[in-house]
Amino acid sequence: MSRTGLLDTARVRGDFPILAREVRGRRLVYLDNAATTQKPRQVLAAILEYYHTTNANVHRGAYDLAVRATSAYEAARGRVARFVNAWAPEAVVFTRGTTEAINLVAGSYGRAAVRSGDTVVVTALDHHSNLIPWQLLCQAQGATLRMVEVTPDGRIDLSDFGAALERRPKIVAFPYVSNALGTVTPAAQLSRLAHAAGAVVVVDGAQSTPHLRVDVQQLDCDFYALSGHKMLAPMGSGALVAKPALLEAMPPYHGGGEMISRVWDDHATWNQIPHKFEAGTPNVEAAVGLAAAIDYLEAIGLERVAEHEQALARLAIDRLSGIDGVTVYGPADHRAGVVAFNYGDVHPHDLATILDHDGVCVRAGHHCTQPLMRRLNVAATARASFYVYNDVDDIDALAGAVVKAGAIFGQVPA
Amino acid sequence: MSVLPDLRDLYQQIIIEHNRAPRNFRALPGASHTAEGNNPLCGDRITLELQVEDGVIRDIGFQGRGCAISQAAASLMTTAVKGKPVAQADTLFHAFHDMLMSGTDGPADPAVLGKLAAFGGVRAFPARVKCASLPWHTLRAALEQRPKPVTTESPNE
Repeated sequence: MSRTGLLDTARVRGDFPILAREVRGRRLVYLDNAATTQKPRQVLAAILEYYHTTNANVHRGAYDLAVRATSAYEAARGRVARFVNAWAPEAVVFTRGTTEAINLVAGSYGRAAVRSGDTVVVTALDHHSNLIPWQLLCQAQGATLRMVEVTPDGRIDLSDFGAALERRPKIVAFPYVSNALGTVTPAAQLSRLAHAAGAVVVVDGAQSTPHLRVDVQQLDCDFYALSGHKMLAPMGSGALVAKPALLEAMPPYHGGGEMISRVWDDHATWNQIPHKFEAGTPNVEAAVGLAAAIDYLEAIGLERVAEHEQALARLAIDRLSGIDGVTVYGPADHRAGVVAFNYGDVHPHDLATILDHDGVCVRAGHHCTQPLMRRLNVAATARASFYVYNDVDDIDALAGAVVKAGAIFGQVPA
Repeated sequence: MSVLPDLRDLYQQIIIEHNRAPRNFRALPGASHTAEGNNPLCGDRITLELQVEDGVIRDIGFQGRGCAISQAAASLMTTAVKGKPVAQADTLFHAFHDMLMSGTDGPADPAVLGKLAAFGGVRAFPARVKCASLPWHTLRAALEQRPKPVTTESPNE
């Protein structure tokens, strides 16, 4: 460890083939991990191994290969369940990611539970994927969507959260970690308050699951959505983790094979949970890759992952704040490895182009959080987000490229 | 091996200058033609208003926000077409479009394009072509009186 809290990144980086690539003769500085992460050899090998040795359709073949494919798929389910301390393996429904998981909750639980005149609560910190499904639900059911305000430094406004709960909402949805600002919300406390008001709690875990130790039973949420591709696993992997009693009571979401028990001409009965919610051939490769990614992260330890990212974020905030004209958004503490910033009048897209020229990949835009951007009174921000393979050199490259952008745009003070 | 694109070719002084002080950045009350341009992924937005009389663009104003490329492209476009016949604006649209769509070694003809040739540097930055072309496609929509907002973001970017 070169500095307190940092991982042995030289060793970690060796596991990620893409990081050996050069961009315009420079090393690839990948700082867009909140969008998606790179994949280690171990995950790629697990997927290859699955296709080399195990591939068959799951839950239907009588032959040995199909039994082994089913075992691999169900073992991955168990791995996800242990990783987030789910209530049971059948509490884990595999999905394409967080977005599909939240749409499942809105489309199944929401359609059954929310009626005309009811209220659904979301927050201004939410990603569009934890907003649009609720907008669609409320529009379809004639319900009211109530958005909880944020504080100027990008935390959920707890007094407004309390005010929203006075409406006795049926559903309260919020993120555990903000993708745009890195804010870590007091999810267990929010969950407790929402339950006391009689609501069911939906937590968007897309940005928390990769970066800190998650325990859904300790959070005591009802639904928890996660994406694999943001935690070293393949795109198209993800899960809805839900209290089994709720899943039992919910109507199906998609219809098709696998999710049925008995089928007559004009009706059918449903398979047990979680299969009731997994219509069609699942993405077994993604599940196997997700399990391998969890193994990789657990070998490091989620506590050390969190410590590493927070150390990098502190360093990045320190370096960027030292550049005259740079504004860093988000709270001073309770934040994950995400740093959103702007530089004077330089538009974030121009900033991203100039950074890219030095091989530094950052996101520029509204980060799928337009209501939040409106409240911060910005059209867009640049965002650097860190993961296990980022190091101090990456922060140096980021800060150096930002200074270069200032020179091009005449931001550097005379 | 391609030659490294130079940032100074993209952010030429005239582009930086027009971004800092955009010309014709104003509303045009009583405009005869108007259109909206919107690149939602990017967040670039432009509202374009024109006063067209007898086939001539008598006045033009734009508003909106976006990156330096889109703002400078809008500003320089307004200076290029103001006072010109609609047919000439159309010729400029095609010349500008052809320049952006040609490969990096294609010509940026200053004889036709004048100051607009400064956007030739955008070609080396494919992700930014849509920023330069947004105001021009918005102009075209305004002149053709198409009500639907214009976008230059395509799903394959």
